[in-house]
Amino acid sequence: MTWTWFHRLGSPPYVYRLAGRLTPWFGWSAGVLILAGLVGGLVLAPPDYQQGDGFRIIYVHAPTAWLSLMIYTWMGVAAAVGLIWRIKVSHAVAAACAPVGASFTAVALATGSLFGKPMWGTWWVWTPRLTSELLLLFLYMGYMGLRASFDDTQRADRASAVLAVVGIVNVPIVHYSVVWWNDLHQASSLSLAGKDTIATSMLVPLLVSLLGFTLYFGAIVLVRLRGEILRRERATDWIREALA
Amino acid sequence: MMIQFHSLAQFLAMGKYGAYVWPSYGLTLLVVGLNITWARGLLRQAQLEARRRLAMQAQRA
Repeated sequence: MTWTWFHRLGSPPYVYRLAGRLTPWFGWSAGVLILAGLVGGLVLAPPDYQQGDGFRIIYVHAPTAWLSLMIYTWMGVAAAVGLIWRIKVSHAVAAACAPVGASFTAVALATGSLFGKPMWGTWWVWTPRLTSELLLLFLYMGYMGLRASFDDTQRADRASAVLAVVGIVNVPIVHYSVVWWNDLHQASSLSLAGKDTIATSMLVPLLVSLLGFTLYFGAIVLVRLRGEILRRERATDWIREALA
Repeated sequence: MMIQFHSLAQFLAMGKYGAYVWPSYGLTLLVVGLNITWARGLLRQAQLEARRRLAMQAQRA
């Protein structure tokens, strides 16, 4: 096995072009899947026997909460790779992830609140799941604030990467909080190992929605990554070619 | 799976949960849309700046 593909992923011109080519594939498939998932969740899935039609919030709450954790993981891993191997493109990926992750963490918290009010009788409780998810939002904001406080991109990359890497410990805490502690938040309905605790007619739209939002994130981060690469690159030859 | 609602009014009411379901969907789709606009705007801006930089370098040379 050759490692040239891996080395190419560190090359800004290559990644710039690859990202441009991949974006429509991610974008259009995401659009179709998100639409299908939401129609399935809003119209086709049967109402929950306890939560009635209120449970349909799950089709936007679970995917946005999933994004909040998945994006942070990408961000932390990209930042770590950037720190360890000093790969500029890797730092650019981390920087591209942060605002997207922060916005969906905010949406996960807000839709969770809108879910909690009718089901628990309160907008907010300081339980481990909710508190650690709020901390996740602060980590994203801290990362972006730290970046913004440096004029020099390279110094911003290195300092913010340390924060991103340290913050990764919070990801499993958010995920397992409902297992480790007796949280008001319900336990996960999906499981890779065991069997899902959700009916198939409810599960299918959820999986479609989760996949759709994941691909959507791919499309957004690819567009942002191209912007990040252009702003960082001072070499002109390939940029002249790419913009022609 | 089949359509769960018999009328538009019933669909909009979402049982008694319309006031929670619709804002959740509205907010999510709003942020989905904003992220698209935002990402595209940043890329376009970066492309404009890169073009300007190239033009300035060409002038100097």
